[in-house]
Amino acid sequence: MTPGPPPRLLLAVAAGGAVGAVARYAATELVADGRGFPWTTFAVNVSGSALLAALLLLPLARRSPTWAAALGPGVLGGYTTFSATSEQARALLADGRAGLALAYVAGTLAACLVAVSLVGLLAPSLPEEDEL
Amino acid sequence: MSVLLVALGAAVGAPLRYALGRRLDGGWHRGTLTANTLASLVLGACVGWSVDGFTLALVGTGFCGGLSTYSSLAVQARDLGPRRGAAYAVVTILLGLAACAAGFWVAGGQA
Repeated sequence: MTPGPPPRLLLAVAAGGAVGAVARYAATELVADGRGFPWTTFAVNVSGSALLAALLLLPLARRSPTWAAALGPGVLGGYTTFSATSEQARALLADGRAGLALAYVAGTLAACLVAVSLVGLLAPSLPEEDEL
Repeated sequence: MSVLLVALGAAVGAPLRYALGRRLDGGWHRGTLTANTLASLVLGACVGWSVDGFTLALVGTGFCGGLSTYSSLAVQARDLGPRRGAAYAVVTILLGLAACAAGFWVAGGQA
């Protein structure tokens, strides 16, 4: 067990997380997910994954560990959501729409992996603590 | 009002995920896995309970959304390589779905 992160980084992640979550909330208020394929959450997760993979293209994130924590685990961690995809898939399954649930779960994972892999061809890889 | 609740919830959830990751993540990203599973459980319970809009904004969209992450999951899975990365992602997704269904069920949700 390693000691916990310094309070400065926790505060940076808290502030960034609030900003990212509000951006996600705004996106779903603007274009609601509805009862079919949750396209808005899908787009949020794919774009957030791509941006996290690209984080170190930003000089500010390379220079400052505090900014890297605020933007990576903070803003982009708060912007993307795994819990919503679980709940959306659960609701689709409960609705008897197993094919759509599978397409959503597999499609989100595949699209996010393709996005981070493509960005990874251009961007330096992240240190482990900024992947969180 | 809802915007403030979302921000407040995420300001608690996101650093909790970060602390879990910093403490528990090693070869298998157990910290991130714990955060994603826990957030799915709590969100499932919120929906099962049919909580009101303010609680859903604070706990569901804010706290659970901030506690869970897809961006880290994707980058970590990529960096683990094709086989271990796929295993990590599939385990995360199956645990998340099971936790969400369990939360929904325990909270008395009607399918």
